[in-house]
Amino acid sequence: MLDNPYPAHVVRDPPHERGGKVAPRLTLSGISKSFPGVRALHNVSLSLYPGQVTALIGENGAGKSTLVKIMTGIYQPDAGEISIDGLATTLPSAHAAFGHGITAIHQETVLFDDLSVAENIFLGHAPRTRFGTIDWRTMRKNAREVLETMRAGHIDADARLKDLGIANKHLVAVARAMSIDARIVIMDEPTAALSMKEIEELFLLIEFLKSEGKAVLFISHKFDEIYRIADRYTVFRDGEMVGEGLLKDTGQNEIVRMMVGRNVDHIFPQREPKIGAPVLSVSGLSHPTEFDDIGFELRKGEILGFYGLVGAGRSEVMQAIAGITRTSRGTISLDGNSIAPKSAADSIEAGIVYVPEERGKQGVVIGLPIFQNVSLPSLARTSKSGVLKLAEEFSLARSYTERLDLRASSLSQDVGTLSGGNQQKVVIAKWLATTPKVIILDEPTKGIDIGSKAAVHGFMAELVAQGLSVIMVSSELPEILGMSDRVVVMREGRIAATYDNKGLDAETLVRTAAGIAA
Amino acid sequence: MKNFLKYREIWLLAGIAVLIGLISTRFPGFADPANLRQVFNDTSILMILALGQMVVILTRSIDLSMASNLCFTGMVVAMLNAAHPAIPIPVLIVIALAVGLVLGAINGFLVWRLNIPSIVVTLGTLTIYRGATFVVSGGAWVNADQMSPDFINFQRAAFLGLPMLSWIALLVIALFFLAMTRTQVGRSIYAIGVNPTASVYAGIDVGRTKFIVFCISGMIGGLAGYLWISRYVIASVEVANGYELNIIAACVIGGISIAGGIGSVGGAVLGALFLGIISNALPVINISPFWQMAISGSAIILAVVLNARGERRQGRIILRNAEAA
Repeated sequence: MLDNPYPAHVVRDPPHERGGKVAPRLTLSGISKSFPGVRALHNVSLSLYPGQVTALIGENGAGKSTLVKIMTGIYQPDAGEISIDGLATTLPSAHAAFGHGITAIHQETVLFDDLSVAENIFLGHAPRTRFGTIDWRTMRKNAREVLETMRAGHIDADARLKDLGIANKHLVAVARAMSIDARIVIMDEPTAALSMKEIEELFLLIEFLKSEGKAVLFISHKFDEIYRIADRYTVFRDGEMVGEGLLKDTGQNEIVRMMVGRNVDHIFPQREPKIGAPVLSVSGLSHPTEFDDIGFELRKGEILGFYGLVGAGRSEVMQAIAGITRTSRGTISLDGNSIAPKSAADSIEAGIVYVPEERGKQGVVIGLPIFQNVSLPSLARTSKSGVLKLAEEFSLARSYTERLDLRASSLSQDVGTLSGGNQQKVVIAKWLATTPKVIILDEPTKGIDIGSKAAVHGFMAELVAQGLSVIMVSSELPEILGMSDRVVVMREGRIAATYDNKGLDAETLVRTAAGIAA
Repeated sequence: MKNFLKYREIWLLAGIAVLIGLISTRFPGFADPANLRQVFNDTSILMILALGQMVVILTRSIDLSMASNLCFTGMVVAMLNAAHPAIPIPVLIVIALAVGLVLGAINGFLVWRLNIPSIVVTLGTLTIYRGATFVVSGGAWVNADQMSPDFINFQRAAFLGLPMLSWIALLVIALFFLAMTRTQVGRSIYAIGVNPTASVYAGIDVGRTKFIVFCISGMIGGLAGYLWISRYVIASVEVANGYELNIIAACVIGGISIAGGIGSVGGAVLGALFLGIISNALPVINISPFWQMAISGSAIILAVVLNARGERRQGRIILRNAEAA
């Protein structure tokens, strides 16, 4: 623990515990927001109280970031009311939210690396001289004063932001919030990139914000942090608010249950796994920064689920196996032969394909027709000494898109004209066409509608029935539990546990991923 | 997208037809087949160069050094011819291709291995290659009287009613068409231009593909070097100075997107023809060079506006996906 550098009048206990009844500073009620094919938020409520920290808790995709974007004026809700200090209002733009004193501090700071600390603090509301130009002297002086009040006087107001560490950047972001007299501070996973010591410093800062009467929204996956710093909690699940209250009255297990308990909205395919000999074995696989000592086996006909929090290193491990990320040590062997893929082409050649998470950026090539998308990784097979055999290419594309029941008027159609679900089918068809032994699906159903989800799940079942082996990285618990034969849970770049999916429950997985002892 | 591309090329073709029509009102013989053949022949070198530039631009890169490469290679073959008139022309052409290939490979290597943006690399080699021309020639010119008759007449020799230069251009157009539509490299060029990340995941080596396109543009620069020198029968350090901008302009007018991934062989050829007609025909009908510049400039902006309209639709789709994710 560090000594608290903040003034002695800091109030340790939130006002409500001193008997006073406090009115919320910000109230969201009945907020709904949909995107094409996805319902991000449905009738959610959230209240933030002055001088208190409210933790917003939920799985990935529960709708937390959408809510933050609504609170900061970036998205407009389809329905619902926002009121500040009891007065109904709207936040039509980021500027309007700023005007109401709402500010957000993000995981990756959205400040300007090449500007000075003072410029970052006062960007958009810098003091002016008589001639309308920026009054640099006053700006520097004010910046120093703000930093001083926060006991962050060690930060030089003239330093370039890029020369500061992450923790100090957070301080600058908070100083900015103070300088606009922010009354509502949103912290979106602020601790994700911080060391233990820096986290302690951040917590002292949050205590300071509380003492200044700010209403703080704290978003984090980490239960120990939430219990350390927050007074209240609100739990989201699948875009709905499922619980709220005071943390001192609520145990961790109760919150985990709120996060994972859900109605069955989707039936997973019934299958009789016929699991054979190991196909892919990975041992001691390590990367300088992203993951360490990863070892697991994937067997023939098996679906191996990979669960973990965002940033646990699952995608990075998969990219290493797919030859896209280099490893520092460790071995990968396929069918007993050791392989060391140096590029994606090597892995594809060996029989391992990786279907990346971000469909738009990493999967489909918008602007090329469907059949060219499908054949892209198989060009070596559909051509002879560099010359394409178009008929073969076309029939390859036809056979795989038909198997996946792709809805398109023509295979020459631009893939960008398809719906999200159909684009995902094109991506899967493209990888299947390479006739892999192992297929790695990273968040295969993220952001697609229920119907397409079912099709992808059905197809995964078909694949393993044909003797393929599948690794499925997913942050959706029902998908992990509904599809996997075994589940590997990763935490902070390491494998935390491997479970047989027999009688496995969601709470165990969440506890393992978050590092909470049972 | 294919439909739209065709649409765009038809637009360009219509623009060229209108231009020819307008010129014909002032200069009646302009639309004669014989004269149009002449215009094609006059534009051949620009068309060839535009195709070389096109493959580079498709991969989200640019080759500013093509005109300097042309100047250097042209000087090398001119000096070789002056010193050894016995070397047969086909051998000289192979030498030109090889010299151009080496210069292009230098660009490609720097872009690929040292990961320097192509605009920076070729801005440097633009100066270096022209400087190298001065070094090899000592600043001297190679004049028509030092060149062998074969050297000068090869491209003028008529074959089936067309000069050799036109046949070379047609051959290059055909080769590029086949390469872009029927080969693995051509497909990879489009794929990495549209979506480099997805291409990496699909096992395409983006760096190597960029190296290849710079080798192609280098070879084209070299070939154009011989054709240019033997056409204008003078080799000096000043040859084609600033011409890289005309090459890029031809590509842009031809609908090749500077953002990469979009463009066709037909577009590059038509873009070059459009510019060729403007620069060859307008002086004949007494339109001042300043108007020519204004017309070429307007054509560039118009082309970019039309292309941007065409690309906007897919931009929306990307945005929608990003929001839904």
